[in-house]
Amino acid sequence: MLEIKNLQACVEDKNILRGIDLQVNPGEVHAIMGPNGSGKSTLASVIAGKEEYEVTAGSILLDGVDIEELSADERAHKGIFMSFQYPVEIPGVTVTNFMKTAINATRKANGLEDMPAKDMLKMIREKSEMLEIDRKFLSRSLNVGFSGGEKKRNEIFQLAMLEPKLAILDETDSGLDIDALRIVANGVNKLRSKDNAIIVITHYQRLLDYIIPDFVHVLYEGRIVKSGGKELAHELEEKGYDWIKEEVNA
Amino acid sequence: MELKEKLVTSFLAFENSVDIDSPVHDIRSEAIKGFEEKGFPSKKEEAWKYTSLNSILKHDYSVFPKQENAIEYREIKKYFLHDIDTYKIVFIDGKYSSHLSQTTHDGMDVCLMSAALSKPKYRLIIENYFNKVATDDSLTNLNTAFSSEGAYIHIPKNKLVEKPIQVIHFSTGNESALMLQPRNLIVVDENSHVQIIERHQSLTENPVLTNSVTEIFANKRAIVDYYKVQNDNEFASLVDNTFINQKQESHVSVHTFSFGGKLTRNNLNFFQNGERIDSTLKGITIIEDKQHVDHNTLVHHIEPNCESHQDYKGIFDDRSTGVFNGKVIVEKNAQKTNAFQANNNILVSDKSTINTKPQLEIFADDVKCSHGCTIGQLDESALFYLRTRGIPEKEAKALLMYAFANNVLESVKIPELKARINKLIANKIGVNIGFEL
Repeated sequence: MLEIKNLQACVEDKNILRGIDLQVNPGEVHAIMGPNGSGKSTLASVIAGKEEYEVTAGSILLDGVDIEELSADERAHKGIFMSFQYPVEIPGVTVTNFMKTAINATRKANGLEDMPAKDMLKMIREKSEMLEIDRKFLSRSLNVGFSGGEKKRNEIFQLAMLEPKLAILDETDSGLDIDALRIVANGVNKLRSKDNAIIVITHYQRLLDYIIPDFVHVLYEGRIVKSGGKELAHELEEKGYDWIKEEVNA
Repeated sequence: MELKEKLVTSFLAFENSVDIDSPVHDIRSEAIKGFEEKGFPSKKEEAWKYTSLNSILKHDYSVFPKQENAIEYREIKKYFLHDIDTYKIVFIDGKYSSHLSQTTHDGMDVCLMSAALSKPKYRLIIENYFNKVATDDSLTNLNTAFSSEGAYIHIPKNKLVEKPIQVIHFSTGNESALMLQPRNLIVVDENSHVQIIERHQSLTENPVLTNSVTEIFANKRAIVDYYKVQNDNEFASLVDNTFINQKQESHVSVHTFSFGGKLTRNNLNFFQNGERIDSTLKGITIIEDKQHVDHNTLVHHIEPNCESHQDYKGIFDDRSTGVFNGKVIVEKNAQKTNAFQANNNILVSDKSTINTKPQLEIFADDVKCSHGCTIGQLDESALFYLRTRGIPEKEAKALLMYAFANNVLESVKIPELKARINKLIANKIGVNIGFEL
């Protein structure tokens, strides 16, 4: 589904990604871990199409098609979704109206009519119940006055509503207490299917107790320096990142 | 002949046409002298540094409207707030239009300045209030000199006026260039509450210059909510001079929505003559092309324990220019004043300009005064967030602009008006973002 080859990217002449190779197939969950400043969030943003980052070499293929020339919204229309560490507040636009706008923009781009209001409401009800989201929450302005946990849950709600092919969760666990973490993780697990894939970006192993990855990759200084199964996450949790750095620098 | 000369000369003819025994005759005569001495304001004056009237003063305006051009209601219905019942005072080319208006004398007066100036039963109110809060600047002088028509609203005490009052001025192009000088007087007595919506709308490509003066008196515990909808075409300019005199415990709010017009200057002046007064000044400006909007506000805190809240948002595209000059004076006696001022701006185009200047003169020592102004571009990371949800760039920008201006709309108390302003904003930004804003 997603094929990243020798991806190099910089921002303001600073090289952040220095040659990343990653293959993600349908049905898989990949975790990307690494110390602070290793390039994890940059990788997420580059896949999602953030324009401040300049791709200097390599390619990103989605279903075999190079997406480099596509804008963030065009990538979203092709099924890429990224949940944010710091979602933006939009006063005056309710969660429900925001979702309608987003869903219908994607449908329009894919040559579909607007989703009928009845279907939209049904979908909103189902997905919000799945994530244990209060109905009142849906008529609040997007992210305005939301607690950290509410913001993250709202991100996963959007993920559930938009049903992307590839979901990238950027530090979704930060700022969540254990109950919120469980609800968010359960939501993500319910969305897993043989047709979609998930990339979980996290500093800690905690989230991976709930969202069990098929593969774990360690990012360090803009490169994937180690890959393994879910046990690699436990090893990192126990031993920290220093041994990885030593291995790389040796 | 220059416009100034023409106006001064016209005054004699004007004076002959109106009642010499009128209680305001002396006031008018004084005012024309004031205008003759001072002339039109120029950029040399501090208060007009960023706004030049030159381009709009060059036309050969006719200063006396000749006749009323008939307009059918259906042609102009869209300029009214028509989905709720309202009182209406409507003028076409400066003349009162009775068939478009709905006035009342039932327990209050919602009618015409011309009637108030000529009929004896209004004499006392005119003597007590007319030109009593308006200041002595040249454009106000000019309006005072020619004052003859406009809205006259007197709400006696203990009256909750449930229907909003719409005051609308249309111009039709029956003259090649028209100057209008509406004069409004609004007196709201003790414990009464009124909501007023004012709009100036040109229906022609001929130049129109409106120099409007509105005096508002909010007596003890009165509540006045005033909304100015400025969405005129690119050939019409407006200088709006509004003066508000507040007595103790009164609440007055003025919302100014500036979305159109060639040049718009808002001189909005609050005088707090009593304790525990609340004054609110809010505005949203969204303009493009070469439009110019200048907000020049004054809040004069004279007595203790009063509050003022100013919040102006501006979005400027193309080569449009904006000015915000917010003056707050806190007199020595005005202890425990709480004065808040904010002016936030987004420059959408790198050719647009905003000049923003807070001006605080504080002579009391136990006060809370805050002010802040920002000038910025749309937040790139916010834009990225919206676009990752599949929302295209143009719509994403529109959503962010809407979100930016939204808190000013929150305090609009007439839901139908709020819905209307929302629609105007959506039109302004030029997108259909999938739901009714």
